[in-house]
Amino acid sequence: MSEPVLRVSGLVKRYGPDTVLDGIDLEVAEHEVVVLIGASGSGKSTLLRCVNLQEEIDDGQILLEGEDVSDPRVDADLVRRRMGVVFQAFNLFPHLCVLDNVALAPRVVHGRPREEAERTALALLDRVGLADRASAYPDRLSGGQQQRVAIVRALAYDPRLLLLDEITSALDPELVGEVLTLVRELAGQGRTILMATHEMGFARRIADRVCFLDAGRLLESGPPEQLFTEPAHARTQQFLARIVAAGRL
Amino acid sequence: MTSDLQRERLAYKRSRSRRSTAVALCSTLVFALVAWFTVTSAPGWPRVRDSFFDPGSALSSLPDVLSGLWLNVRVLVVCEVAILLLGVGIAALRTLRGPVWFPLRAVATGYVDLFRGLPLIICLYLVGFGLPGLRLTGIPNDPVLLGGIALVLVYAAYVAEVLRAGIDSVHPSQLAAARSIGLTHAKTMRIVVLPQAVRRVLPPLLNDFVALQKDCGLISVLGAVDAVRAAQIDVARFYDFTPYVVAGLLFVVLAVPCARLADAAGRRLATREGAR
Repeated sequence: MSEPVLRVSGLVKRYGPDTVLDGIDLEVAEHEVVVLIGASGSGKSTLLRCVNLQEEIDDGQILLEGEDVSDPRVDADLVRRRMGVVFQAFNLFPHLCVLDNVALAPRVVHGRPREEAERTALALLDRVGLADRASAYPDRLSGGQQQRVAIVRALAYDPRLLLLDEITSALDPELVGEVLTLVRELAGQGRTILMATHEMGFARRIADRVCFLDAGRLLESGPPEQLFTEPAHARTQQFLARIVAAGRL
Repeated sequence: MTSDLQRERLAYKRSRSRRSTAVALCSTLVFALVAWFTVTSAPGWPRVRDSFFDPGSALSSLPDVLSGLWLNVRVLVVCEVAILLLGVGIAALRTLRGPVWFPLRAVATGYVDLFRGLPLIICLYLVGFGLPGLRLTGIPNDPVLLGGIALVLVYAAYVAEVLRAGIDSVHPSQLAAARSIGLTHAKTMRIVVLPQAVRRVLPPLLNDFVALQKDCGLISVLGAVDAVRAAQIDVARFYDFTPYVVAGLLFVVLAVPCARLADAAGRRLATREGAR
């Protein structure tokens, strides 16, 4: 079996006295879509932030394509170039137009010439149906459009791993669909994706593997049919029962 | 509990931070040596040393300059209070909405335009020599008081603008929330908007405070015997410039705690507003 794109082992993260991640082991293979579920505060976002080296970890190891990126000798900026992140609140740069938002990293970080970067950016925007908004500023777009631009921004430099952090949580219900459709397309194209979400129905349809996080521990993981229909752990059952009761599954 | 891997990583980080400290020390030392050598090897250095850094006249001017500085500190405290009151008032006038308030708004805007544009030294001359020149009864002719008035007039304009920027920066949703629970415009301002605004503009306000601290020395042009004036008198007495250096250093010493306070306030604000 080939080396997984991402391998996390024994990951521990503390904020002062609180242990937010308590020994996480997780692998994401090439072309795999792994979905993290769990209650708010269970550590999903923190895990993604740690993988993106936005947080200093307190123990354990993060391997990206076999390389230990949690080693302090590693240049974190170089590592982040190989990952794309999409945030819950879009985090587009408000002072740049859509095209510049997308073309920024290829130009400034990856040193592509401006025309080439903009051509690629336009092509990507075209694929998500936003080429006509290329010169608009983010605040002129709907939430769903902004989040699609943010996804395109993360894709613009062809990252090896895509991290999606509850990317539909800040969207109006009627706009969730357009974003999830795009994610499903990306999964179909063979992108390697690690995502945290509250959209259980979507997780069930798109995931190759679902991981349930509870209080900083990865309680169980498995194919969605198994995890959603016959969860092994009592905590998972409780969590899913609440989701069903809330009409979200 | 901690793995060997993590222990090794922590050891590496510690060694890196030790290295950074050592590098910082070395480069500071080199920098200081170069600066020292450049100054002391200048052809005029011996004369400058004798006329600006004479320990004898520094020591004998210190009591005079210190007692002058005490006047500066008192002026500073009284003026700052008056500036804040006047500044808040003007900022509040400038944020009034509605056609009825146009004259007040216009007066406040005119005030800010006038006193932000007017050089402080000219304002000092006009207030310090012009006001008593009118020979009206009740107009004081104490240079300290007149100088203080001029400082308050100019600085209140700056502080009002800083506060107004803070008030404008409070998101309209906060106004909506305050009005929705039935607060009047005035109460909304006092209970909801101003506390948030002041907290946000605390760093620039402290910055203006530091600027005021040294501009207090300008009241000497009206004849008040403050630190600058005391130094000037001693310069004439000892026939060298050391008292100016003494006064300058004392002003710097006075400003440093305030500057650190401004830094700390800025940091506290940053963590509080979630830029962890």
